Amino acid sequence: MDKEKVKQIVLDIIAEIAPDEDLNDVKSDIRLRDQLDLDSMDFLDIVMELRKQHGIDVPEAEYRQLESLDSCANYLLPKFEAGAAA
Amino acid sequence: MNQLPRIVLTGIGLTCPLGNDLPTYREALLAGKSGVSLFPVRNMGEQPAGVCDFDQTKYQKRKEIRVGTRAGSIAIYCANEAILSAGLNLDETDSSRIGIYLGITEHGNVETETEVCQLFDHYNEEVKYWTHHHNPRTVANNPAGEITVNLGLTGPHYTIGAACAAGNAGIIQGVQQLRLGECDFALAGGVSESIRAYGIFAGFKSQGALAAHEDPGKASRPFDKDRNGIVVSEGGCIYILERLDDAQKRGAEIIAEVAGYRINSDGTDYVLPNPERQEECMRQALANANMCPEDIDLVSTHATSTPQGDEQECKAVRNVFGESGNTLVNNTKSFIGHSMGAAGAIELAGNIPSFKDGIAHATINVDNLDPACALPGLVTGKPVQKSGGIKVILNNSFGMLGINSVLILKKFDA
Repeated sequence: MDKEKVKQIVLDIIAEIAPDEDLNDVKSDIRLRDQLDLDSMDFLDIVMELRKQHGIDVPEAEYRQLESLDSCANYLLPKFEAGAAA
Repeated sequence: MNQLPRIVLTGIGLTCPLGNDLPTYREALLAGKSGVSLFPVRNMGEQPAGVCDFDQTKYQKRKEIRVGTRAGSIAIYCANEAILSAGLNLDETDSSRIGIYLGITEHGNVETETEVCQLFDHYNEEVKYWTHHHNPRTVANNPAGEITVNLGLTGPHYTIGAACAAGNAGIIQGVQQLRLGECDFALAGGVSESIRAYGIFAGFKSQGALAAHEDPGKASRPFDKDRNGIVVSEGGCIYILERLDDAQKRGAEIIAEVAGYRINSDGTDYVLPNPERQEECMRQALANANMCPEDIDLVSTHATSTPQGDEQECKAVRNVFGESGNTLVNNTKSFIGHSMGAAGAIELAGNIPSFKDGIAHATINVDNLDPACALPGLVTGKPVQKSGGIKVILNNSFGMLGINSVLILKKFDA
């Protein structure tokens, strides 16, 4: 697992929950909400799919860690690695 | 009633197992074609059901479809089609003056059942996997509310829970709100997504009221001796209603006029119908319309293909119209099954073209007419061209807990 793979996992989830969006040119360092039509309910969907598909729980206080692909990768990579090691 | 504003229909949007627009649906009715097919139902295998095949993406983004409900999608499709049909330009209309009144038999069963099953099947009943979409999907106003979100409408919206009398009840609510001046346009009718909840099928089966037949197209057979229950269907039908003077001012094409209506209650049983109250409801609707039984050219029956229910309604219809001599009787559920909260609105729509062509569509699947259902004027097998045309339709729609609704529609005559 590396950061690029984490970003792809997040993008795959976004593709499911926001199927009308063009995800070909999503910038890693820009807030997802600033470049895609995502609302707070959509972020709850991202959290739910991380839980359902990958067994990763994101506490509410840490939702802000998911604001961009870069921050997602930084925040989620240790969780994926911890899950893989478990 | 004479002092109240006259209310007219100026648009129709529908989806049903026989088509996604009125001309297609009407053509199938006149051709005697069943819309019932086999549909996979959780825990129950394939069941005869009425399934709609409208294009959900015609008026919704894929994300809206994912977040919303099937009933919401049906409602959105019907509302958009009705607005187009009425020639209503929303950009030039005060959206706060558009009210939405949708009849539903039930809402939320589909979403709750799906979520519970997922939790049991895949997530060991851990509630942290329960979707945050559950509550907005299951609130009772959902199908009407989804229309407002889709179209940006800001007038009143709500659903009318009226069991299987709901299709008429939605229209009646729209009429009343227009007469009260609460809105200038009413989007009114009914919707149902019930085929997607196995509990609906299982409930009817446990009650001994679920249709079974090796040929799904023969499963819904009101008035036939061998009828054995209901075919559950989905669908929706929404009308644009307006006050007559408003409709004329904007040069709208007027499809029909609401002549009268009545809703009453049996006050007797949770499930069993009460023909005395059904008869009373029809008579009171006639009084409301200042009409007598002979004025009704066509009765669109509610009959759902259950052994007892059909017989009871026939008793009520015979008491009111047995001596009429002018009244034809038909049934649309024989074609499309029972579309629950949408039934009254969809069945009425299928008969509205008779104001133009003078034809009463048939009741199909009556291979062996039950003598208890042999009503005078009953149209079976093939459509009937009525001499003198069809100018007035009385539409029956009844539901559990003993709710009866009757709507009388007449050909518009300025």
